[in-house]
Order: sequence, then structure tokens, then C-alpha cells
Amino acid sequence: MNIRLIIKNLSIVICIEALCMLLPFFIALLYGQNDAKAFLFSALITLCAGLLMLRIKVKTNNFYTRDGFVVVALSWILVSIFGSLPFLFSGAIPSPVNAFFETVSGFSTTGATILENVEAMPYGILFWRSFIHWMGGMGVLVLIAAVLPSAGASFYHVMKAESPGPSTEKLVPKIGQTAKILYSIYIVLTTLLVISLLIAGMPLYDALIHAFGTAGTGGFSSKNLSIGAYGSVFIDVIITVFMFLFGINFTLYYHALKGNFKSFFKNEEFRFYIGLVFGSIIAITLNLVINGFYSIGEGLRHSAFQVNSVISTTGYATADFNLWPVFSKFVLVMLMFIGPSAGSTGGSMKCIRYLLLFKIIKRELAKILHPRAVHTVKMAGKAVDESTLWGTMAFFFIYIIIFVISSLIVCLDGKDLVSSVTAVTASIGNIGPGLGVVGPIGNYSGFSNLSKIVLSFCMIAGRLEILPVLILFSPSAWKKASA
Amino acid sequence: MKIIIIGDGKVGYSLAENLSNEDNDVVVIDKDPEALRKADEYLDVMCIRGNGVSTKVLMEAGVNETQLLIAATASDEMNMVCCLTAKKLGVERTIARIRDPEYADELSLLKLDLGLDMVFNPERAAAREISRIIRFPQAANIEIFARGRVEIVEIRISKGISIVGMKIKDIAEKISPAILIGAVVRNDEIIIPKGDFRIEEGDTVHIVGKPAVVSNFCRQIGIDSQKIKNVMIVGGGRISYYLAKFLEETGIKAKIIEINEDRCIELSELLPHALIINGDGTDDTLLNSENLSEMGAFVSLTDRDEENFMSALLAKQAGVQKVITKINRSNYIRVIKSLGIESIVNPSQITTNHILRYVRGIENAQGSPIEALFRIIDGRAEAIEFTANESTGFLNIPLKNLKFKEGILVAVIVRRNDILIPHGNDIIKSGDSVILIARDRKISDLNDIIASGG
Repeated sequence: MNIRLIIKNLSIVICIEALCMLLPFFIALLYGQNDAKAFLFSALITLCAGLLMLRIKVKTNNFYTRDGFVVVALSWILVSIFGSLPFLFSGAIPSPVNAFFETVSGFSTTGATILENVEAMPYGILFWRSFIHWMGGMGVLVLIAAVLPSAGASFYHVMKAESPGPSTEKLVPKIGQTAKILYSIYIVLTTLLVISLLIAGMPLYDALIHAFGTAGTGGFSSKNLSIGAYGSVFIDVIITVFMFLFGINFTLYYHALKGNFKSFFKNEEFRFYIGLVFGSIIAITLNLVINGFYSIGEGLRHSAFQVNSVISTTGYATADFNLWPVFSKFVLVMLMFIGPSAGSTGGSMKCIRYLLLFKIIKRELAKILHPRAVHTVKMAGKAVDESTLWGTMAFFFIYIIIFVISSLIVCLDGKDLVSSVTAVTASIGNIGPGLGVVGPIGNYSGFSNLSKIVLSFCMIAGRLEILPVLILFSPSAWKKASA
Repeated sequence: MKIIIIGDGKVGYSLAENLSNEDNDVVVIDKDPEALRKADEYLDVMCIRGNGVSTKVLMEAGVNETQLLIAATASDEMNMVCCLTAKKLGVERTIARIRDPEYADELSLLKLDLGLDMVFNPERAAAREISRIIRFPQAANIEIFARGRVEIVEIRISKGISIVGMKIKDIAEKISPAILIGAVVRNDEIIIPKGDFRIEEGDTVHIVGKPAVVSNFCRQIGIDSQKIKNVMIVGGGRISYYLAKFLEETGIKAKIIEINEDRCIELSELLPHALIINGDGTDDTLLNSENLSEMGAFVSLTDRDEENFMSALLAKQAGVQKVITKINRSNYIRVIKSLGIESIVNPSQITTNHILRYVRGIENAQGSPIEALFRIIDGRAEAIEFTANESTGFLNIPLKNLKFKEGILVAVIVRRNDILIPHGNDIIKSGDSVILIARDRKISDLNDIIASGG
């Protein structure tokens, strides 16, 4: 473990965060509310901490996968700690645990909040809360890879650890170039969304907040009733479409830009994702209409919004689905465990893992029928590494284990079963709202501090796909001699 | 520049490493996922699993917008087909590794029809380098420039050599003004020496000059050795074959020890003048019975680095004057040097040198052409030859008025048939060949050597 180099990398992350804090600082100045000072102080403290760490002298440049994992996990924790300073200083969220929870929820693009009345918050604070969604969506470290010219091969380890999905694909040979392309696509899509929302009649500030929340698949809103507060079909449709778009693997956009539109439909994961979305929309619409909740048109509008919101792990709401029939609620909970495509900004387990697991099961069955047959699991016509398959199965198992253990602890609070379990589901899957007290119009403020810390851990673990975070708890990773 | 490398073996990996470090976009294609794993882990390159002959794979790698394709798989035929396919798909230039001696003779024919822009044969290049060292045994390594008119010779300064303790400027005055000490390695650190630098015992120096002058200089300072008349070669691979041929041309007798009987028969047909012995090259009784200690030079060229190294040590102990060994894994080289085997040949490194020169030549199509490039001292420094032309920004200015970047030395200026060791008042004229030694940096144009603002 090259601790000096890790600290050096962390310092760069923190310095970048300090610079990002200046953005809400200007917003706060613009609106003339009293939170500007809080941002200035937070930025100064963060910058000082970053510069202090930057002074460390690096002895060797050896950097391996484990260092990459540790850098990613530690930087997410540090970024969340420093990112909670504005909430504390401005007095918006006085309790440190709550502020940390809110920041983690922001960076991990979860969108679970402890705020009971969002609309009472100063504009700068709300902007910061949503802006960290946007940073966390693509990844803070991917941003560094895009900006720093010196990001070499070693940074690939970092990017692998931060980007979701069982295997990370490079778009172009240079890692820095790949990161630049990804961020460009991200920025272009976000800008398109802002423009569409402005056309739909949303004010600029609200448009930015909701664009950040949608692009990062986060879900923080500046309204208590989320998107439902606008009551506009036009806005609902725009956000529905963009939530769907941000749940697609960004690699496909790159191929499309290069003129290869067929790659969308050749991609098995995309077909699975789109099938799942339409299937769920139809199922929920039918269920809602039959039970007399909405007319067909209304039912389609709300089910499409909610399905896309949950599967892309965004967590916006136009209706309180907590009141929907049990079947519809269960479909949504199921989608919480699946999530969008790998290589998107969403969380949860990702469609591709389910596809691989189905293929593994198919192979196991075939093995019983023809014990001596040799099967390779293929994806897009290419054989998938056995190690990737094992990794997928291990990931699935560990995801469930962490889900169970966290639920156990959260249940200690004595809330009802549905609320406790869906709170964990929504945290580890980076969705935000669950059911019961944590439903779309509820919030997380009722949980104990212990539960909030456990849920915060779930959010970071879910965003980084667990393994980088678990590495931190492995004693042998910290031993100097571990070779 | 965008480069595709097919085949992630020793040569492929070393090329990918060096080319990607020089800021090229490198795509590596190989069939074997195990082979790709290392490149994927440690290099900033894109890896694609698949057969490099397949159009689909080549298109996925973006062959139509690629400037250079290097085929370095284990099979010559595959390399040729890869290059042919790639050329049809629109790659600008192709380089193929072709090793089979039978093909080597037909090269001119093949190059034209297959659209190959360059063919490299690491074994032949390695054999060429070994034969050069055998002809000049005082040196650990020799690189040649300006079509053989200038050499850079690596010599280890041991006890009893008269320049120990002398300053560089005194050497020029007292012994020979026509040579230059270009780079010194002391305690694993590379120094570009100035006039008052003092040579110490244990240094490794790189001497630049005319071949005759350099060998004369070596004799003057007390490094003397007799001309080598016979060479023992362990291992009967391709390098041994080429080496035996080259040695034959200069009248040096070769004795090849090879363990495989069939290969021995093959070699005896191909090399009628060499003595082929069937036996184990690490067996000291066999080596002694073949008069190891009487040999002028010993070269170990088996497939296994460990065997090469062990038999080289045996030969060193038996008192052979010149011991040369082939080492494939470049990470062994420093360790082995520290154990007293100075002359080490690494075929993939030689190949990398050739291709790097070619690549920088393409990059620098408008500027001053690169004539030769050698990476010396395990690739940590470069000796490079340019031809100055109108694009050179500092023609006809005395060198003392120029401010060069740190770690760069203008070692020699070759003007038609004159070899100049430059002094402050010398100038570079258009048409001159300029040989530079550069530490820790990549030079792809002659103008790169001037410090900004200087």
C-alpha cells in the first residue's frame, strides 16, 4: 500500500471539492441569503486541508488495484465529510450525523433526505445539495482523470473502482481521453435537459436543481412534493425521458455519436433494460387502472414516471406510490433491486449482472442435461471471463448480505417492517424514497443516529459497488508488507 | 498518433509500454486474455481480445483511422496476413515481425506485395549486435551511428585503467582530443559529465568517437584485448544461426552447442563452416571438454534466461575473456549486470529501439529526420542521430551561445566525412548529422533540445 501516493491523490480530490463549493457561494450571494458565509468558510477549510495534504512527498509511484480501491473509498468518505460543512455552518442542518447523511445521500446520488421542509432552506444550500448529485453521478475521481493531464495507466485502477458495472470498458486507448468523453456526454445531456425544462416553463434555478438530480440519478428536489409540485404533464414527460436516458450505458452514446446507432439494439443489456421498463409500466398501469386509481392516460403518465424514477435509481416522484396497490408497490421494490445499465450514472445491482446470472443458471441446467458439455457464457457474441462470472455471483451474494445485516440494525429502531427494509433497499440501491415512513412524501429524519450511519454506509457501499469499501475493513490491505 | 499492436508477447508489451509512454494512443490485440491482463493492468492502452487477422476485430480497434499497425505475433504468416488485411482496411503504415530465415531472403519481394512498410527481425538484429561486440571485445556494448563512422562504446572502468581519477578535460588534453565521454553511470545514476567531472573506479562510461580512434583510446588507457578468433555459442536458435553466419563473414570460427539432435542436423546443413555439437550447454564437463577456457568469446542464447545466465557464469569462471548473454526479461538485466556479466543482449529491446525510431520519424515528417536512435543504460537515456536541415532553428550559431535543455549533450557533429567533437565555437550547418545524448527525455526533433527562452 503506497500510503503517501494515496494521500496525494486524496488531496487533489479535496482541492477540487473546495473549488466546487465556490459555485453555491455565488448562488448564495446572488440571492443575498445568509448562507454565503458558510460556503466561504467551508471552501477555505477544505482548501487548507487539501493543500496541507498536497505537501506530502511521494517516494515511489507504484500504484496497484488495491491502492486504486482505497483511494476511491477514502475519497468518497472524505468528500462527504467536507461536503457536510456548509450544512453545519449555515445552520441548515445542525446535527453532524444528519449533515453527513444528507451529504452522503447527495454524493452517492441516493436522494434520501432528513429534511422535513425542503422549501424553507436557503437557495445556496439547496443548490449545493443537488450539485453534489451531479458530481457524484459520474464520479469525482473520473473528473480528476478527465482534468489532470498526468493521469496515466495507474488511474485506470481508480476508474475501475469508481465506475459501476462488472467490467469497465475503455472507449479510447488513453484513460484521460476516455474520462473526457464520458464527461462531455454527461454535460451535453445535462444541458439538453436544462434547456427542455426551461422551455417547459420551469424557472432557471429549479431547472438546474432538477437537471442535476436527474443527470446524477439522485433525486433531491427543491420542492416538498418533488416533481409532483409542478403538476405539469410536459415536465413529467421530459424528466421521465431523461431519467430513462441517464440509465443507459454511456458507452452506447459514444458509439452512436460515432455513427453506430445499431449498437443500441445489438446491446443485450439495453434490450433487457428497455424491456424491463416497458413491461413494468404496462403491469403497473393495468394494476392501477383496474383498481380504479387513475384513468388510462393518467395511469400511464404516473406509472411511467415512477418506474423510470425507481429503475434509474433517481427517486423523484409525481405521485405518492406508497398509497398504490400492493402489486404495483412490489414491482417498484423489485426494480429497486435491479437498477439501470452498467456504465450509467445510476446505482443498484445493474441489469447486466442479472443477465449474466440468468446465463449462468442456464449453463448450470445445461450441465445437468449434458454433464460433459463445455459451455462459455457469452455477451454480445464474446465469451465472458470465468473470473467476471464469479465476481458477479460474489457481488450478488455480498449485496444481499449487506442488505440483510443493515436491515437487522435498522429494525432495532422499531419501525414497521416495510419502512425499515425499504429504507435499506433504497439506500444501498441509491434510490432515495422507499415505502412507509420513507415513502415519496416522507423522509429519513425519524431514524436513530445509528441507523443513519448504517444507511450512510449503505449508500457509499452501493454507489461504489461495495468491494472498494470492504477493502478498507480488510486488515491485510493496510499492512506495509502486503505485497 | 494512433497505433495498433497485434500480439502482446515480450516485444508487443515492450512496444506498447514505450509507445504509450510517448503519448501515442495504443490499442493492443491478442487472442489470449492472460497475455492481455498485464497490459490492461499496468499500461494506459486499450486491450482488445480477438484474432488480429479478423476484419471485425481490426475494425473494432479503429484500423481505418490508425496511422501505424505493428504485427508481432509468434507466427510470421499471421503477421503478414494481419498487415495485408489492415492495409486493405485503410491503415497508413504497417510493420511486421518476420523471423524465419527462409522468408528473410525473400523480403524485398514480400514487402512490396504485402504492402509492408517495415519488416523487423529481432533475432537478426540481436545477432548483428552480438557480432559487433565480438569484433570489439573491450566494449560491453556498442551502438553505431552515421553509417558506421561513429560509435558509442560502453566501457566499465576497472582498477588499473589510467583514466581513473582524471578529470574529463584532462583526458581530452592528455590522451586524445578526438573522443568524448558522453554519459557516465555511477551508482545507478546517469550523469552527463562536464569538464571538471572526475572519473572513478567502478563507473561505466560511454565513449563517443570514430571506431579507430575509440579502439586506439582504449588501448592507450590500458584496456587491451586480443582479437577474438573463436566463439562458443550455447543454444541453436535463430539468433545463433544468424550470428554464426555473420561471424563466418568475418572469419571468426563458431562452435554451437545445441541440445536437440534434430535441430543440430538442421544447423549442420545450414551452416557448413560451423562446428555443431549435440549436448547440454549448462553441463560444465561438456563445456570443458570442448575447451571452454580456450575460447575467445562465449555467447549463451538458449530460450531460458536462467540457463543463459548460469552458463555465462560458468564461462566467466573458466576465464573466458568475453562473455555475452541473451536475456529476454528486461527486469533481470540490472541484477545480472551487478553480478559481473556486462554484455547483455535483449532482442525485444533492440526491436523496440528500431520501431521507436521509425515512429518518431513519422511524427516528425516535416522536421529534421532521425537517422538512428539507441536507448542506452536500460532505456534510461537515449543516443539519437538527426540530420540538420533548414527546419533547424539554430544553424550557424556557435554552440556556446546556445542554451541547451538540462541533461542533453551534443556529442558529435558529422560533416561530410569529418567527425567533429564539438567545442564552444563549433557551429551546426545544414546537412550535418548531429548525434545527441539525452537523459530522461524524448527528443523527436532537433529543435527540441534548445531550452525555451535560450
